[in-house]
Formats: sequence, C-alpha cells, structure tokens
Amino acid sequence: MSIPTRIEPTSRRRLVRDRVVRLGVIMVTLLTVTPIILIIVKLIVRGYRQLNISFFTEISPDTFQAMMAVSNGDMIPGGILNGITGTLLMTLIASAIAIPVGITSGVYLYDKHSTRYAAMVRNITEIMQGVPSIILGIIGYLWIVKNVTNGFSALAGSVALAIMMVPLITKSTEETMKMIPESLREAAFALGVPYHRVILKVLLPTGLSGLMTGILLSFSRIVGETAPLLMTALGSQLVNLNIEKPTSAVPLLVWEFYNDPNMVDLIWSSSLFLMIFVLFINLLSRRIAARGSN
Amino acid sequence: MIQQQDNIPLLDIKDLSIAYGEGPPAVKNVSAAVNREAITAIMGPSGCGKSTLLRAVNRLHELYPNVSVNGSIMLNGTNIFEIEAIDLRRRVGMVFQRPNPFPTLSIYDNVLAGYKLNGIGLKRDEKDHIVESSLSSVYMWEEVKDSLHRRGTFLSGGQQQRLCIARAIAFNPEVLLLDEPTSALDPVATSKVEDLLVELKKEYSLLLVTHNMGQAARISDYSMFMYMGELVEYDITTKMFTKPSDKRTEAYLTGKFG
Repeated sequence: MSIPTRIEPTSRRRLVRDRVVRLGVIMVTLLTVTPIILIIVKLIVRGYRQLNISFFTEISPDTFQAMMAVSNGDMIPGGILNGITGTLLMTLIASAIAIPVGITSGVYLYDKHSTRYAAMVRNITEIMQGVPSIILGIIGYLWIVKNVTNGFSALAGSVALAIMMVPLITKSTEETMKMIPESLREAAFALGVPYHRVILKVLLPTGLSGLMTGILLSFSRIVGETAPLLMTALGSQLVNLNIEKPTSAVPLLVWEFYNDPNMVDLIWSSSLFLMIFVLFINLLSRRIAARGSN
Repeated sequence: MIQQQDNIPLLDIKDLSIAYGEGPPAVKNVSAAVNREAITAIMGPSGCGKSTLLRAVNRLHELYPNVSVNGSIMLNGTNIFEIEAIDLRRRVGMVFQRPNPFPTLSIYDNVLAGYKLNGIGLKRDEKDHIVESSLSSVYMWEEVKDSLHRRGTFLSGGQQQRLCIARAIAFNPEVLLLDEPTSALDPVATSKVEDLLVELKKEYSLLLVTHNMGQAARISDYSMFMYMGELVEYDITTKMFTKPSDKRTEAYLTGKFG
C-alpha cells in the first residue's frame, strides 16, 4: 500500500465541477419560486383594476350585466360581497367546530402518546390529512345536506371544512405540546395542581402562540378550498347568513366566473383578493410564532 | 446511628421498592427516617435511584407509566400512598434541577402559583403578605420588589431558582424536596442557593438530592449514600465523610467511582 507523501493541489477540473454543481443547485432552487412569483405578478397585473370599493360592497353580477359591460368595453359591475360573507361565515363556523375538537385531541395525543388508542388516533389523523377534499364534500353532502338541512347549506359547507381543519389543528397542537419543557408540567403537578388545571392553566397558556399559529395555518388552508363546498354550500347570488341556506364563497365565485366567458376579469381580481387574504394570515401566523419563540 | 428528635419522624420510609415496568427496581428495600428542620442529603452516582426515591415522597414518580411501588412512606404519621396525590403534593414542596418558573406568569403570580393554579382564592393583602414573606425568605424581596409584575423569565438562572424555592415554600410545606437544585447554576449562584438552604432549615425540613459530594459535605446535616438502588449508608454527614462504615461509601467519597 502506498502512502501519499503530500496532498496534491486541487485540480482545475475539480474547481470547475464545484462551480457547475453550485450553479445547478441555484437554478433548481430558482425553479421552485418562479411559478409563485409569476402567479402573483399575473394576478396583480390582471386583477388590480377590479379591486375598488364596489368589489367589496356589491354582490356578484349576473351574466347579462357582465355581457353588457364587456360589449361596451366597460368594467364588469358588482363585486364579491356574497362570496366574502359566505367565506367568513363558513370558515368561522368550521373553526368553532374544529378548534375545540382539534386542541382537545392534540393535547390527548401528547399526553397519552404511548397508548395504543393514541397511536390509532394519530394514524387516522395523518390519513385524514391526505383525504382528497372532494371526498369531504361528499361526506358533508351525505351527513348534512341530505339529513340535516334537507338542501345545500352553509352548515354543510362548514362541517366539510371543519373535517378538513381538525387533523391540522390536532397535529399542530400535539407538536406544540411536545415543545413545552417537561419540567413545567412537573412543576405544576408538584404543586398539587389537578390534571385538568395543569392543561388549562399551564400547558395551553404556555403553548398559546404555537396553538394560534396552527389554527391560523389551518384557517388559511380552508379559506381557499373549493371542492368541499361544491356539493355542500353550492353557492348563491345573494348575501346569505342563514346557515340552512345555500351560500357562496370566494373560491366558489372564482369557479363560477371561470364558467362564464363574460366574467373572466373577475377571476383575476377574486383570486388576487384570496391570495392576499391567505398571504396575510400566513404572515400573521409567522409573527405570532416568532413572538412565541422569544 | 441517627437520634430521632421527636417521637414521630418527619418522614418514615419503610421497606420501599420502586420499579419501572419489568426492569430491575430503581429503589430496593430502602428504610430510613428523615429528621425535621435539617438538611438530609441523598447522594450517589447517576442511576443509583436517588431521584426516584425523592420523587416518591410527593408521588411525582406516578407521572411515569408502569411504575410499581412496594413499602410505605409516612409523612408526619400519614401514609402518603393512602391519601390523594393532589393533597399530598400540597403538603410537600419541590424544587427541580433546572429553574422552571411558569413563563406565562409574573414573578408575583409565580410565587402564588400553588394557590392560583389550584384555584384557591386569597384576599389581596393575604397575597401581598405571602409574596413578600416568601420572597424575603429567599433573599429576593429587595431585588425584585419593583418588578413583581414582570415575567419571571427575565431573571438570571440563580434568581429563577430562588423564585422556584419561594414558590415551593409559599405553601408552607411540611418537607421541601430539592432535586439537584444547583446543577444548572454557575458557582456564584450555587453558593447563594446553598447559603439560602442553610438558612431555610431553621424553619423547614429539606431533603436534597445531589451528585455533588462537596455540596452534601458543606450544607447537609445527615447524608444518605445510595448505590444501585440500595441505601448503603445513612448517617450524620460529618461522621459519614470522616468515618464511612461501608467500603462502597468510602470508595465513592474518595472518588474511586461515580
């Protein structure tokens, strides 16, 4: 066996290869952010003109109004108020259902992490995250539309969205609880604090920013969901706050605008609005998470 | 051997064995009587069962799954395994390795945590009195009296640990358990806490787990030496450190292992 007596100076070939690989990595990384940048630019360019006061205060136009405006070369009248109110109504009801359920089961999974029941629930939760959202729409249809409200309704849409939200909140709650030092739990138990008060008074307040982050992220996930609403809330031309009646939502309106050749411009502005809204919630949740980690 | 000061010892541990799951017992047939108004140190190498023994006194070991316990511990004449764990823990204070003030609570509320988290209502002047006297007992009143309503987490490590001691004594516990309370502190903070413990034994009874022989020698009145789950030797500290009666104690004290 020969023993090298000195280290050879790095060859030119190796330097070149190093540069090529580095450049390649940068290019591929750029590829992942290019589509999102292109989408945002496109949405702003095509959508900003429709974003005026009436966009937020008026309901969506009918085909005839839109056709007249387009043929006269005017801006399409009306707005998406019915979608905004519907989206807020359904996401808030979904949150009211999903937050208590998700947080309770998340705390349970953390606390009884090694039991067989917890393992089963955890697996099902993970599977639920992967269920195609259209199937949740079908479930909402079967449970609520057919049996509770006897017709398409905001409640059915809310339930479908809540089913989507629960596993996300469960998971993030469990992860948040895991981050809380064991010593804090012990400190509370050592003071004779009963189990339920340890959870309510120590663990949940300590993990508050993590919980908020999880809730907001799951909220931003459901805000843009269309498929579960198609078979449950259906859509409506009017502002509707009755949970037993069909209701519109911003993503449902995007879908309707897409199906109407006269309303193309509204697709862009509604999508832009949805994008900004979701982006805002995401930034908010990051801020809360950053504050919590300090 | 140790002379009892009273007819009933503070803690009377009888034939106590504790095992986790199917493994060998972490504590094996330990019997000992712990004295009042003194510091009793439990020392021994890592894994000798000293923390498990300490945590049995307030039944904190029950937080772990599959723990089995045999034997008894009498606290001032009551068998601790026959009362509710919650009631027991309100009679026993505990201080942990790492300072663990509640990060969401102010210094004021941290001292009162035992009352607050248990939902025990107090009048304003009762609260003020408990906070002032507890913080004075740990020599922190002057340091923090102007920032009582700030979060406890901005304090230094040593201050946080003294705050945790204040939290534990705010309940006027019958015994104060200390699980290596200085292992996360720097030497200056350590010596402050040690001085504090010596002061506290005038009013309280302290059971101190330490892996620091020097600490046991400096501040404890009685020492237990544990090895492999057994209580090898239990005696007056000065006697144990000068004339240990067991070879294993001697080997440990002279640094042959541990």
